[in-house]
Amino acid sequence: MLNNDGRIDMTHGSGGRAMAQLIEQLFAKAFDNPALAESNDQARLDAPKGRLAFSTDSFVISPLFFPGGDIGSLAIHGTVNDVAMSGAKPLWLSAGFILEEGFPLAGLKRIVGSMAEAARKCGVTIVTGDTKVVEKGKADGLFINTAGIGVIPEGVDLSAHNVKEGDTILLSGPIGDHGMAVMSRRENLAFESAIMSDSAPLHDLVACMLKSGADIHALRDPTRGGLATTLNEIARTANVGMRLDEQAIPVRPEVRSACEILGLDPLYVANEGRLIAFCAAHDAEKLLKAMRAHEHGREASIIGNVVPDEHHFVEMRTTLGGHRMVDWLAGEPLPRIC
Amino acid sequence: MKYIEEFRDRKLAENLAAALRAEVQPGRTYRFMEFCGGHTHAIFRFGLPDLLPPEIKMIHGPGCPVCVLPMTRIDAAIQLAQTPNVTLCSYGDMLRVPGGKRMSLLKAKAQGADVHMVTSPHDAITFAKENPERQVIFFAIGFETTTPPTAVVIKQAREWKLKNFAVFCNHVLTPAALGWLLESGKDETSDVPPLDGFVGPAHVSAVIGTIPYEAAAKHYNKPVVIAGFEPLDVMQAILMLVRQVNEGRAEVENEYTRAVTREGNVKAQALMKEVFELRESFDWRGLGSIPNSALRIRESFAAFDAERRFPLAPIEVKENPACQCPAILRGAKVPTDCPLFGKACTPENPIGSCMVSSEGGCAAWYSYRGPAPGERHAQ
Repeated sequence: MLNNDGRIDMTHGSGGRAMAQLIEQLFAKAFDNPALAESNDQARLDAPKGRLAFSTDSFVISPLFFPGGDIGSLAIHGTVNDVAMSGAKPLWLSAGFILEEGFPLAGLKRIVGSMAEAARKCGVTIVTGDTKVVEKGKADGLFINTAGIGVIPEGVDLSAHNVKEGDTILLSGPIGDHGMAVMSRRENLAFESAIMSDSAPLHDLVACMLKSGADIHALRDPTRGGLATTLNEIARTANVGMRLDEQAIPVRPEVRSACEILGLDPLYVANEGRLIAFCAAHDAEKLLKAMRAHEHGREASIIGNVVPDEHHFVEMRTTLGGHRMVDWLAGEPLPRIC
Repeated sequence: MKYIEEFRDRKLAENLAAALRAEVQPGRTYRFMEFCGGHTHAIFRFGLPDLLPPEIKMIHGPGCPVCVLPMTRIDAAIQLAQTPNVTLCSYGDMLRVPGGKRMSLLKAKAQGADVHMVTSPHDAITFAKENPERQVIFFAIGFETTTPPTAVVIKQAREWKLKNFAVFCNHVLTPAALGWLLESGKDETSDVPPLDGFVGPAHVSAVIGTIPYEAAAKHYNKPVVIAGFEPLDVMQAILMLVRQVNEGRAEVENEYTRAVTREGNVKAQALMKEVFELRESFDWRGLGSIPNSALRIRESFAAFDAERRFPLAPIEVKENPACQCPAILRGAKVPTDCPLFGKACTPENPIGSCMVSSEGGCAAWYSYRGPAPGERHAQ
């Protein structure tokens, strides 16, 4: 039996009985579903009708547990959201674990439990997985990779290429919560704060937005690099510029304060439960209403619009009334945030 | 948030902008220098130039500690980091600044030098305590704001009898640089522009007070207004400068009364005096050698002075002749005057120090006004 006081050792990744025991007693039990229960080297699935969305993401966040979540729930939400930004309903996930020798089993159990719970709430199943163990010092506790597949409803075509001049830009809620929640628990920075990560699955919000009938052109979740970098990516892909109003971009006071102390701009801080939507201007109010009716979009707002611009610049009217550029993130102020 | 939102209020900014428009005398040009990179950053981040009347020209000063450090000191830090058994602790910004031959601490680290990023001198001394087998050197930089914390860890190291901790001291002094700029502004052979007044440092003044500026204001007949780093602080200070110029006054005024007193932080000053003494002269990037403009560790703390403990090979460096950082730091040029700006030199691949720190004139201009300035102005 797996001992709660136990630790991961090299045998847990050896392919032998210890590994089989770890998989059976921990992973298979927590993630239980028919495809996984077949215990094959692959999951065998019935192909759904329509187009598929497929995405993968690796999670190396430090610390593993943070206010509002942990690496387990984050690994589910991150991939579910990447799939959902196509408008797809996420169905299946894979989970790969790289464990460091000496990692406490109790911690692993907690993380796996959190993954199972998050997956259940998202209505997705973890149908295949992998475990490797590396020597102490070769990984920082544990890393997780998840990949996800979803099916895109007929007639839905969301892509950054569809963003065009005149589109309205909507944001589903306040920015910077995730990044600052994680920073507040970093060993060398630890500060007292009530900031919680916004880590959350967004597929249901997306479904409600699609149901509203608004003419949505693209969705994107502003994770690493924050809102600023995500907007710049889309501006480049779509060959357009953007104009934002800083006053319309919600930032919680505690996040703003923490950013001031650390010399950061919330525009560049990571989010894990927010999305940006681009829609035809005449449908913006309708879409905003649909977003605000959903628990993950209650604080949604219209933050700007798309303009023609051969330089692909994102510009912003500042809180003060002046203008500035909103550039790509330079450097790496917040390593290992997801 | 108290002390933030109130100082970023659009209505108040509009009122100040209206007051400035009403009070500037038409046809007159007001050339003010904001000494600090913190002010430069605020000016660009909040788009202040859009709110100022065209009569006011803001010239960006040398108050960015990362920017003014000469390449020889960066190369010296790289040498220290490459010394066997040494761990060099440095602030993040310093890692990317290119020294001679475009080498940087970050590149030295990739080649095997032991460089550890810290956010405070306290981090560095803690690292030394936890790693007694390593010789730990803290790469101390900055104006008077960051000097007292360095003094604290040097005293702590002596108290803890640490044998493996030293400081590579590069602390520089604001009033000396200010005096140099004013003196050069008078010199017709110098490219330093004549100035009509200074927006004075915020955090530095919280430590040194306003007294050190009084002699310069009087001698050179130039107003100085100490200002906080919020955008409304800067606008209010500019208005106070305009009024002084219009009335022919040249006084030291304090806009930043919520943090700065005339005497400053007397305890911090005593601490600095106990641990440091003046260097006869120190090289500043762009400004050249300035007498009595930097600090070194006193003899009584020699055991914690990296310059005394670690022999450094002689260093010769050649600046990239195209890089305009030196002229930009003395206010003689703006970033867009540089042929490298936004082309060969970007925040991702900086050539000059001004493109590295967020307080650097080039980095602030690039980030907030764009790589193709002059061409654009948002409506």
